[in-house]
This record gives sequence, C-alpha cells and structure tokens, in this order.
Amino acid sequence: MKTSSRNIVFLCTILMIGAFFFPFWKIILEAPQYPEGLEMKIWLYKITGDVDKINGLNHYIGMKLIHEDEFPEFKIMPWALGFLITFGLLSALLRKRALLWAWVSALVAAGGIAFVDFYQWLYDYGHNLNPHAAIKVPGMSYQPPMLGYKQLLNFLAGSFPDIGGYFVIIAAGGILTIAVYEQFYRKNK
Amino acid sequence: MVLFAIVAGTFTSCKPKKVGSLMAGDAAQKVYVAPGKFDEFYLFTSGGFSGQLGVYGLPSGRLLKNIPVFSQDPTTGWGYTEESKPMFNTSHGFVPWDDAHHPELSKTNGEDDGRWIFINGNNTPRIARIDLTSFRTVDIIEIPNAGGNHASPFCTENTEYVVGNSRFSVPLDGKDDVPVSTFKENFKGAATFIKVDPESGKMSVAFQIVVPGFNYDLAHAGKGVSHDWMFFTCYNTEQAHNLLEVNASQNDKDFVMAVNWKKAEELVAQGKGKKIPARYMHNMYDEKSHSATSTEEKEVTIIMAEDMPGLVYYIPCPKSPHGCDVSPDGKYMVASGKLAATIPVFAFDKMLKAIDSKAFEGKVSGIPVLKYDEVLAGEVPQTGLGPLHTEFDDKGFAYTSFFVSSEIVKWDLEKRVVVDRAPTYYSIGHLCVPGGDSRKPSGKYVVALNKITKDRYLPTGPELTQSAQLFDISGEKMTLLLDFPTIGEPHYAQAIAADKIVKNSRKFFKIEENVNPFAAKSEAEAKVVRKGNRVDVYMIAIRSHLNPDNIEGIKMGDEVYFHVTNLEQDWDVPHGFAVKGANNAELLIMPGETQTLKWIPNRVGMFPFYCTDFCSALHQEMQGYARVSPANSAIPLTFSGGATAAE
Repeated sequence: MKTSSRNIVFLCTILMIGAFFFPFWKIILEAPQYPEGLEMKIWLYKITGDVDKINGLNHYIGMKLIHEDEFPEFKIMPWALGFLITFGLLSALLRKRALLWAWVSALVAAGGIAFVDFYQWLYDYGHNLNPHAAIKVPGMSYQPPMLGYKQLLNFLAGSFPDIGGYFVIIAAGGILTIAVYEQFYRKNK
Repeated sequence: MVLFAIVAGTFTSCKPKKVGSLMAGDAAQKVYVAPGKFDEFYLFTSGGFSGQLGVYGLPSGRLLKNIPVFSQDPTTGWGYTEESKPMFNTSHGFVPWDDAHHPELSKTNGEDDGRWIFINGNNTPRIARIDLTSFRTVDIIEIPNAGGNHASPFCTENTEYVVGNSRFSVPLDGKDDVPVSTFKENFKGAATFIKVDPESGKMSVAFQIVVPGFNYDLAHAGKGVSHDWMFFTCYNTEQAHNLLEVNASQNDKDFVMAVNWKKAEELVAQGKGKKIPARYMHNMYDEKSHSATSTEEKEVTIIMAEDMPGLVYYIPCPKSPHGCDVSPDGKYMVASGKLAATIPVFAFDKMLKAIDSKAFEGKVSGIPVLKYDEVLAGEVPQTGLGPLHTEFDDKGFAYTSFFVSSEIVKWDLEKRVVVDRAPTYYSIGHLCVPGGDSRKPSGKYVVALNKITKDRYLPTGPELTQSAQLFDISGEKMTLLLDFPTIGEPHYAQAIAADKIVKNSRKFFKIEENVNPFAAKSEAEAKVVRKGNRVDVYMIAIRSHLNPDNIEGIKMGDEVYFHVTNLEQDWDVPHGFAVKGANNAELLIMPGETQTLKWIPNRVGMFPFYCTDFCSALHQEMQGYARVSPANSAIPLTFSGGATAAE
C-alpha cells in the first residue's frame, strides 16, 4: 500500500470515530399542525429528539411506543463500530492489501446487516398495530421509508442519514476507493 | 322672510369646516399583517373596570390575549382554582375584581426591558406584576394607608421602585374613624415606594412618604439627570371634601409634587423612618408549584414629608393636572392641567436652582412651594382644551392628548410650538407611543385611548365597545391608520418591540419541575383518596383521556377536589376540565401544570366531566363520570383509568 493510501485509510478510520459523537440517522415528520417538524435522532447507543411527542401521536394509530430499552442493537452497535475502527487502524498500520479487503468486506457486511435490521424494525412498527387503536384505516400501514420521503396519513415522513451516518458513509466510500485503487490501478503502473 | 333666508344662508356658509379625518391612502397596507406573520409591537392596554390587561399586536390591532389580573376569570379558573384563590386576598378579605388603570413595563437603564409589566388596582389599592415569559400574574401587593391607588405603578429607571399614591386621600389606617369635615387636618396622601427585587421581581413596600391630603393623580420618574426624583401630579389642592366637581376646581393652580426618592432611601437607611402598624396582604404565585401563597404584612415604614426638609417640593401647575411626563433626556417635566388651555413645561435644572436659591412662594403643610416662573421652561401656547397626557418620540416631538377638544397635538419639545394636530374619535384619555415614557421612544406610532366611541362601530345596544386608534407618526403629519376595539376601558397602554418579549416566551411548564403537592406526574400516580369527607382526585389529562375516568363512591356531604395535571410536554396543548353543575368555574390547564377545582355535589346522581379545550382528534372522547350516592350508602370508593381500560 502506498503511504498516501495508508494515510487516507487512516483518516477515514478516524472520521468513523465521529459517529460516536453525532446522531447516525434521523427520521423527520411534518404535518399541517407541525410545520416546524418533529425529529427523531438515532445514535449508535440512544434515541433523542421529539420521541415523547411522536409516541403521543402514534398512539392514535396504535403504533408501539418507541423506547430505547426495546433495542438490543444499542448495546451491540458501539462495539461493532469500535471493532471496525480497530480493524481499520490495524490494516492501515500493517499496510496489507488483503487485510484491507477483509476490512472492506466486514464494513459492507455490517452495513448490510444494519439495513436489514433497520428495515425489520420499520416494518414491525408500521404493521404491528394495536387492534384497539382509535384510528384504523383499512389497508393502511405506517411503515416509514428506509430513505427519502413517504406520506403517511397527515404526516410526511422522511428518513435520512445524520452527521454520524455521513461520517461513516464518507469513510466507507473513501476506503473502498483506496482498496479498488490499490487492487487495480497501482498494479498497472 | 327672504331676508332671514339670506342671512341664515350666509351664516351657514360661514360655518368653519371641521378638520377632516386624516386618513392616509395606504392606511390599509400599513396595518396589514399577512396571515402567519407577526406584529412588530406588543400593546398592553389596561382593562379599566374589567380589572384585566389586554394584549394586542401593532400595527394590526389584533387581540392576542386578555390576561386575568384583578378579576376572577371562569374561563381559565383564575381566582376560582384552589391554587389561584390566594392571589385575591386583601386586608378586606377576598376581593375578586378591581379597576385597573396603568400598565407599566419594567425598565433597565430607562428602557423597557420586557421582563415584567405592572398594573395598578385603583379601588382596593394594589399593584400587580405580570411575568412576560408566561403572561401570568405572579405578584399582587396591597398598599396600606391609601385610597384609590391611581398615581401608580410608574417605575424608576432600573425598576428600583414602582410607586403608588392616593387619589382619594384618607387618614392613616386605624385613625380613620373621624368626621369627613376634618379633611384638611386628618386626611393624607401616601407616596408609596415599592421595592422590586432585581432578580426575582418580588415586590415589597419599602416606605411611604406621608404627604398633604390632595388627590394624587399620576406620576413619572425622572431620567438621566433627574434620575433621583419622582414627580406626582395632584389636584384638589383646595382640599375640598364635598362636591369636588366645583369645590376642587377653584384654585388657578394645583401642584406637581417632586420627591427626591434617593434621599428618602437614605433617610430610611439612617433609621429616620418610623415603623407603624399596618395590615396588608402580599400574594405571590409560584410557577413551579403552580400555586399562590398569601402573606399578611403587619407594619410599614413611614416618613413624614413635613419633617424632612429637602425631600418634597411642590411646583404650581395649572389647573387640576393629570399627566406628569418626563422627556426622554430627563430635562423636562410636562404637566397637563386637564382644565387648562396651555401645557406648562418645567425644566429640571431650573427646579434644582429654585430649590438652591429658596425661590419659594410659600409653604403648604410645611412643604415648600416653588415659584412657578422659576421652574417653568415655558408654556406651549394655543394647544387645545383639556390636556391630559404626553408621550415623546425619538425626534424631539411631544404628543399630548386633549380630552375636551378630542385631539392629539404634536409639538416641538425645545421650541414649544404646536406643529400638527389630529382629531380622535372621541375624547381621548391617555395616549401611547411605543417606549414613549422611556429613554428610547420609537417614532413610528401613537395610539389614542379613547373614552367614547358612539358612532364609530356597529351599535351593540346601550353599551358600546371601547376603542383605540392607531396613528402613523413617522412623517411630519400624523395620519390615522386604524380604529380597533378593546376590552374594558383602556385608560393607558404601553407598547414594546415584539422581539424583546418573543425571545423569552415560555412554551410549556416542565412536568419534572412541577412541585404541586397534588400533582399526578404520570399515569401511574393517578388515584382517588378519601380522608373523612374530603375526596382528593389526583387526575391526569393527556391526549386523549382523563385518568381516573370513572369515579364511584362519592357521597353527599363530600368535598371533592379535582387536582388535574396536564401531562403534555408540547406547545399549545392545554386541556380543560369541567364537571356538571360546578358552582365555580372550569379549569384550563397548561402543559405540565396542575390546577384544582373544588366541587361539592348538591344532589345524588351521575355527573359527567370532560375536557373543554378541543385538544385532539379524540377530544370528544375525553370524558368520565362521577357517581354521587346518598351519605349513608355503602358503596366503596372506586375508580378506573382511561388508559388502562383502552389497552
């Protein structure tokens, strides 16, 4: 691995540490009565934002209460990212291309698992509704979007990465670019 | 006959034209605040006989709120809830109304700071303080030894003190069972200085200066150079005690009373005041316990003006003066004799010089009266009839209201000449320029606070609306922009730039800070407890249920207390609470707040209770029942919870 490649990998890894200090993902809700919007911020280890207000509104459609304790992920995710960061530092230090690829695979796998898991939660909250709910619209489910906007009754729901999420996405992109560069282009020189 | 017609015609054509209403062509545009946009100023108008304080937006004139102050308000429960009842305690017992005259914004360095607004109760002498983060009355203090607290509650430049003084001088409390005919010897004014704690705003009576028994009308504090002084106007210097209409209007000149409050402060600090027994109430509302407490005060410090040379001086002033207004730089005192035809402008530096050189024309009850000409800077000639009150703009002009000639007169403060006049509809009392009594007036608007509306609005039977009028004063000529109705009689108003208040505005009360002993701070704390014949219902309200929702086992002879806590923690989600047949009021409970309604069932039966503020899609379902059984019934006290039942 070139020194500059190693430095970039190193920087990307450091960038990922930022995900501990900023929210990872956000879900935003807008409605006629909430022009200022409601926001729920998902961190590696907690949820912040207008969770109480969102829970208060969700009870009309019978959605389960959103509670930090419900998610074992919050106990696992900090360790998982910690592991990935250590792995990254190690591959930068040892400058082994194979190690780099192993790491990229681990990153992609972790990302994939996270997205499947996220989807399952969204599906669960959107479909698993209290049959005694006050508002029942036949055929309606309330699964928020994975990414982008979706209209759910009077609410426009949006789902986007937050600062921490962008750190990891940028870092992963950077590392993947370096891996590809090291594998295919540098060799040809 | 023909000759008569010709003569009559000539006279008619000679009739002077009325000054037309100066409506600007673009008036509508100037007062239009588009939907969803904010007004530039808050206007606080006294409610007069309504006892409350109106809040309007300027320039639109839209009513934003009517703050309950001295009068009970069944809409919100103010004065009916167990928590707010103590605010109405006085030495006369529970007084659920008053006559509220003058709002006064708190000041820092002579500028309106937007922290609090004070208003006087004229009838049962009181001063209230309203917190402008919550727009709630949080402090009411009674004034002893006073009758008709009219010259109030004007404040010094850093709100060190707000003042009060008697419009109806009375003998000192406890010495007042005397013949009215002994007025001159026994009746006294009480220039009252109420200390305002700079942090908490808590009021306390610091001292009262006992002054001759005149009718003290209005007041204003000095500014800058005149910082240490407070000026009161007074009429009835004849000291008449009957048919005042005639007997109090004989003297050619009455007085402006100048009080050196800094000196009074020093005298009290040196122990020169005298503590006398008194009885007055001080009521404070705490926004953590959401409850008021009432404290009885038992003594007050008085200073006898006649015994303290250098403390008080009288300045002669034509004729039965009302307003007493100090220019933004503090150099001039403008007094308005409401039966006079000129406006005297007094110079503060001339006053000091007159005091130094002992330019006295005599003494009244041992207090020096300065020579009019020695203090006068000049009179504004050819004004109108019946000047009442003056405020100032930022360009060196003064605006004086004229009750009798029903107009606002604009004049140049330094040159003392009239530059413009505008008719008002009708019979203006006070007027208000935003910041117009402060060091930094705004030069945009003047608001006329009128006494008569007559033909200005659609008629509503014998009792017509009260009204204010907005004029643009940004140009050379005053132009009328808008008439708008007000609640109660707007004796006086103060206006302040909206941003000074908006930034501190509270959205809700934090539930974790609620220390009301009867608060149920979660669903789990909802309960009903019996102690003898007292039944306490610890109820919660949250969209969209009340918990408990059904209560059985209440018996005739029970006293039921509904302590309702609004568990919401979001802006603009109040809940109401009402029970059938309640003889007092309903409740309006803000998020995070607890309020208590006492209910004594008067018959056996089923009593629905419900939320009265449309809170949500399921507001109509927010209800419950209280079953009342005969006194000797064996039905146990039980209750169910809306939340648990639903899930």
